[in-house]
Amino acid sequence: MDTLETKRNILDDSAPGGGVMPEFPRATPPQNALSRRRFVQTALALPVLFALPACSQDKATPVKLARRFFSAEEYRFIVAATARLIPGSDEDPGAVQAAVPFFIDLQLAGPYGRADRWYMEGPWAKGTEQQGYQLQETPAQLYRKAIAGMDDYCRQRFDGKAYADLGEEDQDQVLHDMDQKKIELKDVPAQAFFALLWQNTQEGFLSDPMYGGNRGFAGWKLIGFPGPRYNYVDDITQYGKPYPMPTVGLLGRDGTRTGTVA
Amino acid sequence: MQAIKHGSQCLAAAACTALMAAAAVHAQGTEFTNVQRGRYLAQAGDCISCHTVKGGKPFAGGYPVETPFGTIFSSNITPDVVTGIGNWSRDDFYRAMHEGRRKDGQYLYPACPYPWFTKMPREDVDALKSYLDTLQPVRAMPPENKLIWPLGWRRLVAGWNLLFFDQGEYVHREDKPDVWNRGAYLVEGPGHCAACHTPKNMFGASDRDKAMQGGDAGEAWYAPSLTASERDGLGTWSVNDIVQYLKTGANEDTASTGPMTEVVMNSTQHLSNADLIAMATYLKDIPAHKPEEVKDIDEQVMARGKGLYIDQCMGCHMADGKGQKGAFPPLADSPPIRASQPQTLIQVVLAGDFMADPPELPTGLAMPGFAWKLSDQQVADVLTYVRNTWGNRAPPVDADQVAEVRTALHEHGPRYKRLISQSVH
Amino acid sequence: MATRLNPVDVVLVGFGWTASIIAQELTDEGLQVLALERGVDRATVPDFSTTHIQDELRYAVRGGLFQAPVRETLSFRNTRDQTALPMRHLGSFRPGAGVGGAGVHWNGQTWRFLPDDFVLRSHTEERYGADFIAPDITIQDWGVSYDDLEPYYDRFEYLCGVSGTAGNVGGSLRQEGNPFEGARRRDYPLPPLERSSGSLMFDKAARELGYHPFPAPAANTSRPYKNPLGVQMGQCTYCGFCEWFGCGNNSKASPQSTILPVLLKKDNFSYRSGCDVTRVKLDNTGKKAKGVLYRDLEGREYEQPAQLVILCAFAHHNVHLLLLSGIGRPYDPVSGTGVTGRNYAYQITSSVEAFVDELINPYMGAGALGQAIDEFNTDNFDHGPEGFIGGGYIALWTTGGRPITQHHLPKDAPKWGAGWKKAMSENYLKSVSVATHGSVVSHRGAYLDLDPSYKDAYGNPLLRLTFDFHDNDYRMSEFLTGKAEGIAKAMKPRSINVNKRKKPYSIVPYQTTHNTGGAIMGDDPRTSVVNRYLQSWDVPNVFVVGACNFPQNAGYNPTGTVGALAFWAADAIRKMYLKNPGPLIQA
Repeated sequence: MDTLETKRNILDDSAPGGGVMPEFPRATPPQNALSRRRFVQTALALPVLFALPACSQDKATPVKLARRFFSAEEYRFIVAATARLIPGSDEDPGAVQAAVPFFIDLQLAGPYGRADRWYMEGPWAKGTEQQGYQLQETPAQLYRKAIAGMDDYCRQRFDGKAYADLGEEDQDQVLHDMDQKKIELKDVPAQAFFALLWQNTQEGFLSDPMYGGNRGFAGWKLIGFPGPRYNYVDDITQYGKPYPMPTVGLLGRDGTRTGTVA
Repeated sequence: MQAIKHGSQCLAAAACTALMAAAAVHAQGTEFTNVQRGRYLAQAGDCISCHTVKGGKPFAGGYPVETPFGTIFSSNITPDVVTGIGNWSRDDFYRAMHEGRRKDGQYLYPACPYPWFTKMPREDVDALKSYLDTLQPVRAMPPENKLIWPLGWRRLVAGWNLLFFDQGEYVHREDKPDVWNRGAYLVEGPGHCAACHTPKNMFGASDRDKAMQGGDAGEAWYAPSLTASERDGLGTWSVNDIVQYLKTGANEDTASTGPMTEVVMNSTQHLSNADLIAMATYLKDIPAHKPEEVKDIDEQVMARGKGLYIDQCMGCHMADGKGQKGAFPPLADSPPIRASQPQTLIQVVLAGDFMADPPELPTGLAMPGFAWKLSDQQVADVLTYVRNTWGNRAPPVDADQVAEVRTALHEHGPRYKRLISQSVH
Repeated sequence: MATRLNPVDVVLVGFGWTASIIAQELTDEGLQVLALERGVDRATVPDFSTTHIQDELRYAVRGGLFQAPVRETLSFRNTRDQTALPMRHLGSFRPGAGVGGAGVHWNGQTWRFLPDDFVLRSHTEERYGADFIAPDITIQDWGVSYDDLEPYYDRFEYLCGVSGTAGNVGGSLRQEGNPFEGARRRDYPLPPLERSSGSLMFDKAARELGYHPFPAPAANTSRPYKNPLGVQMGQCTYCGFCEWFGCGNNSKASPQSTILPVLLKKDNFSYRSGCDVTRVKLDNTGKKAKGVLYRDLEGREYEQPAQLVILCAFAHHNVHLLLLSGIGRPYDPVSGTGVTGRNYAYQITSSVEAFVDELINPYMGAGALGQAIDEFNTDNFDHGPEGFIGGGYIALWTTGGRPITQHHLPKDAPKWGAGWKKAMSENYLKSVSVATHGSVVSHRGAYLDLDPSYKDAYGNPLLRLTFDFHDNDYRMSEFLTGKAEGIAKAMKPRSINVNKRKKPYSIVPYQTTHNTGGAIMGDDPRTSVVNRYLQSWDVPNVFVVGACNFPQNAGYNPTGTVGALAFWAADAIRKMYLKNPGPLIQA
């Protein structure tokens, strides 16, 4: 990878996630101070955000969305694992209802998955806990290797069954074991994968719905976060009072990923 | 990065020109004053805004003026002898300004507001020419106009002039005080405010019966009423409010937007206090017109609009619509918010805008654009809400109006592209 | 071969707080000033627009405004006997990159250091005896006093529109403010921010314990504010997305919201973004800088000649540049000699999370909205019985309730699963955190140098950080944590988590971006890199400005002092250096 090419992309605010991000109207103050005025450029060639097949009304059915990164088998793993990490139902949505697997898929397909902003030069060494992530794998590569490894592990331990085919108790146990470093994989540390998976699952559950997760504001409604709002001047001194406004996301009060650009 | 002030360079050139002039001998001091006066008039007339294109040299023309009849590109008024007006005499220039005729006898299109410049007396026009003569000559040919057939035939303008053009210098009114007359001259002459602020008829001429009642400022901007109407005109503003606005681009009630910000930056901020007071005095004397009746607004629209306002606008314009004093303009009690046509408001919501940043208000606070965030209906709803809350009352906005402006933005590219300079060369 | 550009009078490396302040000052002297910024151009609109900025994933989690390690990072180890490994993604600290630097995405917590902080070595020896300071602790006096800097603290506070209430105006103590603060000439420019539920809770508990709580000074405006440059700021609306984010309504002080509107209009100022300065170019004698070398985004190299070079990059990036350029003798930890890279310090923090019954609404907040006590900072209490030096403030900050990164869960809450969901729903709205913010001593084993193995995008060695907190600081932090625990308990919560500082220091979890030292100021060129005016002892036409100048770190956020130092250095340049370029202090 041409580092300088990467640098050019990195130094710009890279939109996380593989999905299209709206381009914001950019007024570019010229580098040269002699021309003093910015030019207002309107948000013209704005990519219209993904319009998903109409799922917004129907929260009951699991969301079927186009995958960009995971294979079908890998996706089964992710759906099953996230369903245990944040279990749920239609009445009490969890990771799957919130489209967390879709979120993770998009993230891994994009600059985050590629570790575009990370320093990924050798030499490589294991290091102490205090020295942090020293794996050669990008997040996308880590997921790929770890899921393959975990499914192999499960097949060995559980009579040929992949993770997604296990019962819930066994699935939970496997997650615990990963976290407790009781599982050793050939290629990558299982615990590092678990940590990343849990981190990304939380992100998918609690980030703005425009990234594909937190569908219907499932995560935000669970905890009571009303979404990105800019003015609490009158509310911050209403001590002890619940905030009355409905949940909103960066794309409005629609908690799905569809944009509203006409 | 050495910035040589254009002015001083031009003035030095002016001195040389004077010395070389074969015509009447003027003392160097007199010529200097004339050029300064011409410079001031160029600011009053805001020549630079239409005669400069983004990325182009000042006054070298090429700016596309969009009209319902096609695109007209402004001409090069630098003293270049091939592509500019360098070989125009003072008579030639006066004829253009007074009669709307070029040196070669061709008619100017009234995209150039000669129907207003005609009011300028000879000595003012001469001073203006003296100033233009000091500019850096630029060899630049503006593009060919793109007019609907057969309007490319300039001769047709003669007919237009016959119907709509009252030639003649400004006539002092004895029944009005001097300050009013000065203001009237500036507004109706070089200022040519009515060119935007008066509605136009189907021939693109200003409808004198509805003078200053608000008009199409081009490029999907609407220039609101300047009559004494309290809803959408200057009725609630004092002379001082108007002066403040023209001087800095903002007052307690509002901040300028779009083309008017350009006017402030390139034109009115440079005018003397006395002249601004004169203009305000004149403007305040324009009788109010009766604003259109506003029927009751659909409750659902208001409810949706309110929700959008709370979600999207409160961070700067605050819960009570009063904005943040000195920083973000209010929406409550603000006449431009209640303008009879909403195109300016729609543009600002869709594309955002920057406040004027003259020396007194250097910050240039800005509003972001919402085009990517809000649908046409949402923009319509929130604007209808804002226009009819906190004591505001104004016609509702509908999604079609928003769609039209959005399309205009898409078609024409970034509209407000002009270079705004703090100092006019 | 580097392309040689037209010379300028002053070149600034970086375009954040210190560069903006210094540029504004020096352009007023008529000098041609050029700032070179590695990152992208940034303006409030469109880059921090209210329409999109409250995006936790993009900015807080993925670091949308921070420096990307792929371009510059450092290698890290706790001690000299380990091999340093690269910090591959951001963790413990988050330097900025881009116009405005970290000044865009800080919280706005704006403190002054105490008078004793500037004479920590001599004061401590005087009060407690020289033996009280462990022999490997290398704290030093600064070479400037609080009184020297007071006028410049004032300038920075008025530039930013800091909201607060004074505790000591000209020696006269005020009830509502911090009783321990150094005397100031006048009150803050703006009254304090509104109190949040959390602030009130802390205030009540602290008072019950006999402490003197006060609103923390905030560079988040409590009113619309026009600063002395004529730049208009908005008013903070408690949106809860301060740190990591740009401010959408010009109410958090940043170069953009306080200086740039005026600076960028000046004919004699210009800047270039996307320009990575890689060297200060010295002449053959090594005692004079000719300018800097930098690379653009295509990797092309340029030489920018200048009469005066001022390093205004983020703290340790300045040190990196000094080391790469050969300015100042590099510090050698074995012999304890050398200066560049010496006395690196940081901030030692801990917290006590309290789970309460009251509804808190944590998402209503501002970056510097907090209630604090200063009883346990610097030498405000008797250290004799405690056996350590230093201290810190204890505060309850309500900066926001961003769901991914700012939720609190009791220690016994399940780590994931249905139990985690339940704990999240029960605690998100009903938890606060009492934080300690402690000073860090410099010591022989805490330093910066160049890594022998790892390289950056241009083939230059990475900066290497060798650091762990000294035992002194672990003990001090334990002490502070105990006090914080007391306050948390006085809030009568359902439960608390005491998050003590654990050994050793890890680069993984975010803590603060308060990296200090490495180019420290002082009276003695044998133990400092710059003199009291921040001028390099070795190369008089190089100045270095930032938290890198701190000989050790105090128990406060550094930005207030960084701003003051920038004004102080600019003044010295204007009043003394320009009239007579050369060493301002004879070594």
